[in-house]
Amino acid sequence: MDTLIVILVGILVTIGTYLILSRHLLRIVLGTSIIGHAVNLLIITSGGLKTGAAPLLGEKITDFTDALPQALVLTAIVINFAVTALVLVLCYRAYQGFGTDDLEQLRGEEHE
Amino acid sequence: MNNLLIAPVVLPLIIGMVLIIFHTNIKLQRVLSLIALLATSAVSVLLINQIHQQGIQTLQLGGWEAPYGISFVGDMFSALLLLATSIVAVCCLIYAFTTMGRKQQKLYFYPLFLFLVTGVNGSFLTGDLFNLYVFFELFLVSSYVLITFGGEKRQLRESLKYIFTNIISSAFFLMGVAYLYSITGTLNLADLSLKIAEVGQDGLITTVAFLFLIVFALKAGLLLFFWLPGSYSVPPTAIAAIFAALLTKVGIYAIFRMFTLIFYHEPQITHWFIGILAALTMILGGLGAIGFWDLKKILTYNVVISVGFIVAGLVSLTSAGITGSIYYLIHDMIIKALIFLIGGTVIHLTGTSDLKEISGLIRRHPGLGWMFFLAALSMVGIPPLSGFLGKVFITRGTFEGGYFWLGAIGLVASLFILYSMMKLFMNAFWGEMKLSEEEELGTTKGLILPIVLLTVVSLALGIGAEGIACYVTQAAEELLNPSLYIQAVFD
Repeated sequence: MDTLIVILVGILVTIGTYLILSRHLLRIVLGTSIIGHAVNLLIITSGGLKTGAAPLLGEKITDFTDALPQALVLTAIVINFAVTALVLVLCYRAYQGFGTDDLEQLRGEEHE
Repeated sequence: MNNLLIAPVVLPLIIGMVLIIFHTNIKLQRVLSLIALLATSAVSVLLINQIHQQGIQTLQLGGWEAPYGISFVGDMFSALLLLATSIVAVCCLIYAFTTMGRKQQKLYFYPLFLFLVTGVNGSFLTGDLFNLYVFFELFLVSSYVLITFGGEKRQLRESLKYIFTNIISSAFFLMGVAYLYSITGTLNLADLSLKIAEVGQDGLITTVAFLFLIVFALKAGLLLFFWLPGSYSVPPTAIAAIFAALLTKVGIYAIFRMFTLIFYHEPQITHWFIGILAALTMILGGLGAIGFWDLKKILTYNVVISVGFIVAGLVSLTSAGITGSIYYLIHDMIIKALIFLIGGTVIHLTGTSDLKEISGLIRRHPGLGWMFFLAALSMVGIPPLSGFLGKVFITRGTFEGGYFWLGAIGLVASLFILYSMMKLFMNAFWGEMKLSEEEELGTTKGLILPIVLLTVVSLALGIGAEGIACYVTQAAEELLNPSLYIQAVFD
């Protein structure tokens, strides 16, 4: 199971990289977002998947799933969400200002 | 346990949150944010004293013992950086009072500024890797917004590049965290250091170390500085100054922390590689600094050179090298804020950043000119100014550590700095006076105070170097003995 998820993470990062390499702002945002999700999956996997019961205190169960990565991933998701929202707004403003979402045209002028 | 440690994080954070409510009241915002930052400086002075007398201070948040809870650790290195941060932040804030437009000041400038300082302070103090990530994000998100302040087209364009670079490096940061957690099962820095010392730093851990190196090199501008000149030259002066003074330094701090506390077992691989990065950074930064005729570009490339130079001290892993790095790091935070503020003032007066169009400013503004001259000499490392000791120690450290080429490149880089700063000084301040009093676009009224403050601090740092020597040596000693840090966290 862990191996499968890690392969999935690899595939997601590949897709994200492909999107980031394109010239359109929106695709780049989507790419960073997908890479963010891939990383979240990686964090969840880092604690080991399905190693025991839910991490609640009880007498019968002896092995628990590691709760720390789940706490980490919650924080990471929230931060990722906030940053993506901010970038989307900025991209929209840039699109309004420049009239284009093509990064090739946003390179900057030679002498400003 | 020392509850004072949380104050540098909580003070600006809470006041920043309060100021969101009162964002239309400029006067209140100015007073409160100044109070918050002055209080932070006072706390850091207290902390420096306590750490000097009682050793490294720790705080286990929520009473959860390490390694289960989040620890806050204040060693001398972080405390000194905290103090430098507060001084720089106060000066940039005062500069922002008069230079930022009223409309922008109402648009949450002060809360964002305080959140930025919160994130920087938190990164210096935290003893937990994931917490470090959170504080990094805190100041990065604030910087994403601050860099677009004013909403010029140029700013939007450069900020997009800055943000995408940082988002990707943050993703790499998290990947490193995940790998390290699955290898060691802990994220507490002290515990990580213990565990890796126990099992040995094998190839896998060294690979993760390189992942972290890439992440922090991106944030610090160590070789991967392609985003830096563009994004540091677009925001308003006060913001650019605090970026130049603080943001790259947090990356350097993280490199120091990771490679002295955790990944210090294979210096012939990791530290040698960092040395190459540092050398390339100095050379490329130096070429950039002498090649451009744009004031802002020259200053941003000088930021790059100093990053390479500070890291060179770490590479040597000798006590002289680390001592030098700490001296130079503190000096550099102050001096970079200073020259960015002076550069911003020059642009404010003349309305252009093209050196060929600026001339003769020293006749009308002798104070500004001579302060710039002092700052330039200090950056080059002329005794008794503040850059001198750092340069001497770093160079000695690299020679002692056997990195002669690195020390030599560091010295050549100083010549690049000298050339670029003198070019700036001779073109902008000497020569024919081009603008009469009426033609100048602004006055230096209200702008000169923070510049004078920073110059005084920089001079004091140079002339009074003997006075802070005991603190800096202690900081270097703590960095070179990870056991001190570990002991403090677990006791």
